[in-house]
Amino acid sequence: MSGTLNLVGYGLSAIGPAIATGLIFAAYINGVARQPEARSVLQPLAFLGFALAEALALFGLVLAFIL
Amino acid sequence: MLNLRFEGEGFTPPGTKDFNLPSLIEGNPYFTKPILQLFLAVILISVFFILASRKAAVVPSKLQFAGESIYGFVRKGLGEDIIGHEFMRFVPFLFTLFTFILVNNIFGIVPLIQFPSMSHVSFPYVLAIFTYGVFHWIGIKKQGFFKYMKGIMFLPGVPKWSYVLLTPLEIATYFVIRPLTLSLRLFANMFAGHLLLLVFILGGEHMLMSDAIGLKIVSIFGFSLGIVMTFFEFMVQCLQAYIFTLLTALYIAGALADEH
Repeated sequence: MSGTLNLVGYGLSAIGPAIATGLIFAAYINGVARQPEARSVLQPLAFLGFALAEALALFGLVLAFIL
Repeated sequence: MLNLRFEGEGFTPPGTKDFNLPSLIEGNPYFTKPILQLFLAVILISVFFILASRKAAVVPSKLQFAGESIYGFVRKGLGEDIIGHEFMRFVPFLFTLFTFILVNNIFGIVPLIQFPSMSHVSFPYVLAIFTYGVFHWIGIKKQGFFKYMKGIMFLPGVPKWSYVLLTPLEIATYFVIRPLTLSLRLFANMFAGHLLLLVFILGGEHMLMSDAIGLKIVSIFGFSLGIVMTFFEFMVQCLQAYIFTLLTALYIAGALADEH
């Protein structure tokens, strides 16, 4: 086997954003299920939160390649 | 029989080198495939929306309906709902960003092209610089330079002592982190997506071409996962175009609001 430990580290660091993304969409689905008319308000918020959580995972990906 | 040690058989996993495409024109090192795709995207978008809006009728044709639903999506979902009553000034900017990023992303799965232009970090950087310039310019023009900077640096309604922590954080957020995350998010998504497809397709091809019969059979899984991932990528590509435009709209809305 050859390769760098960077990718293992990236795999570990992706756990956090993965859980975060799951929680965000769980809350979004919960909110829409309880109050379907709130969808248009909740949708940008959910995607904003998702984008912010995902940014961390993507920083990890970029760093895994450039370090 | 199942020899899964790839590196012994000359399989080189795809990496960053797969993104450095050669120049298309002899003698000009800058005219590469992504550059050609940018021009192609501009032409495609222009032709599509000119055709869709040329014969506008009360009862829309299929083409007009398609064009209007994309425009309506950006105008209603990203402009009116987020920016508020002044949204009409920003709809052309948001619409251009959305369609341009969308088409360039989808090039990643279009047969014969199959390369997302935004997987080169320079293009998202330029788009993020536009957004950066626009939202700061709007804020400064609307509130005046000092009031705008004060709004960024000193959040209202927090204890005085916490400014020690909050002010550097807010400055970093507005001037460094926002443009950086905006561009890196788009870049890294497209980069990772293209790499993912390369892994499955090239891995499947390598297994199919190998001598072991077991590997030939296993290659079916590689290719079928490649197909599944192509659909997944389509979703990600649309989502990233949406998120880039959504964040741009949110930043503009934040700069327009009096209280941060």
